[in-house]
Amino acid sequence: MSSERYDYLDGNAAAGELSKIFTMDVTAAEGQCAHCGATGRFAEAHLYMQSPGLVARCAACEQVLLRLVNIAQRVFLDLRGMTYLRLELAAESPAENSRGSNT
Amino acid sequence: MWRLGTVVALRDETATARTIMLEIPDWPGHAAGQHVDVRLTASDGYSAVRSYSIASAPSVERRIEISVERLPDGEVSPYLTRELAVGDRLELRGPIGGWFVWRPRQTEPIQLIAGGSGIVPLMAMIRSRAAAGSTAPFRLLYSVREPGSVWYRDELRSLPERNHSVSVTYAYTRATPKDWPRPAGRIDTALIASATWPSNLAPTCYVCGPTSFVESAAGLLSGTGNNPAKIKTERFGPTGDRQ
Repeated sequence: MSSERYDYLDGNAAAGELSKIFTMDVTAAEGQCAHCGATGRFAEAHLYMQSPGLVARCAACEQVLLRLVNIAQRVFLDLRGMTYLRLELAAESPAENSRGSNT
Repeated sequence: MWRLGTVVALRDETATARTIMLEIPDWPGHAAGQHVDVRLTASDGYSAVRSYSIASAPSVERRIEISVERLPDGEVSPYLTRELAVGDRLELRGPIGGWFVWRPRQTEPIQLIAGGSGIVPLMAMIRSRAAAGSTAPFRLLYSVREPGSVWYRDELRSLPERNHSVSVTYAYTRATPKDWPRPAGRIDTALIASATWPSNLAPTCYVCGPTSFVESAAGLLSGTGNNPAKIKTERFGPTGDRQ
């Protein structure tokens, strides 16, 4: 398993950088991996920050979901690793755990 | 968007960790588990950003607390834990993150597992629970190196006395208190079985700590029958300087 390498963080840790671009919290959004089709919250992706930017990889297949690079006053954002991102518009509480409280 | 916060109080948690209370006039409020980014800028314009979990419960006051561990080779944490003084100002971005969050409307059993400074966002959840008058049953399993490494020691000690539905279990990895029943060691299956909610109660689990700790604890939780979808993790590593 690739998780033998302990050099990644959770997608949560990208929230600050992503907040520069998106008005909504992307980390609580559900996304689908374009490579293996797995779905999950962006917060559950594996995040690598050692590179000159951020790279988020699918927790299931480790293929790239998102790349974000800052160069001077420009941000390059590559989202082709995701077929969709589902953002909850119930703006009051994007954090609400929909699987949550009754189970 | 960067906000300006003023340091209003400082408190040492251990020999290497300090809690910083900040007043932020335009703070919009937060949820337990969220973090802030802190930006320090040197006189030559060089700046460094680090993420710190918020330790305090959401409140109507425009104040938050963060707790910072001093990393020997850190760029930011030595300044925050040694140089920073009451009255100083810090640039902050946040609150950030909507996933690793506990909200008072959650009524299911909650299992918290902290490794070292990973206690911070979980402490915010415990405090938020108390502030909201929630009766959700909470359990905390807190792994520390030795007795002197426990953060929020007095507050955690007094918790079970004040509230019977919050329990705290310590796991010591290097040195235990005298006559401690369990030898020093990492969290293992036996400890998970005895100190955490049975998986048939379907607890929501929050695990925070260094990457390898989170990996191991989350693995033990799912190995004892917990639904991986109900295990929320927050890892921090040397790259993120995350506390």
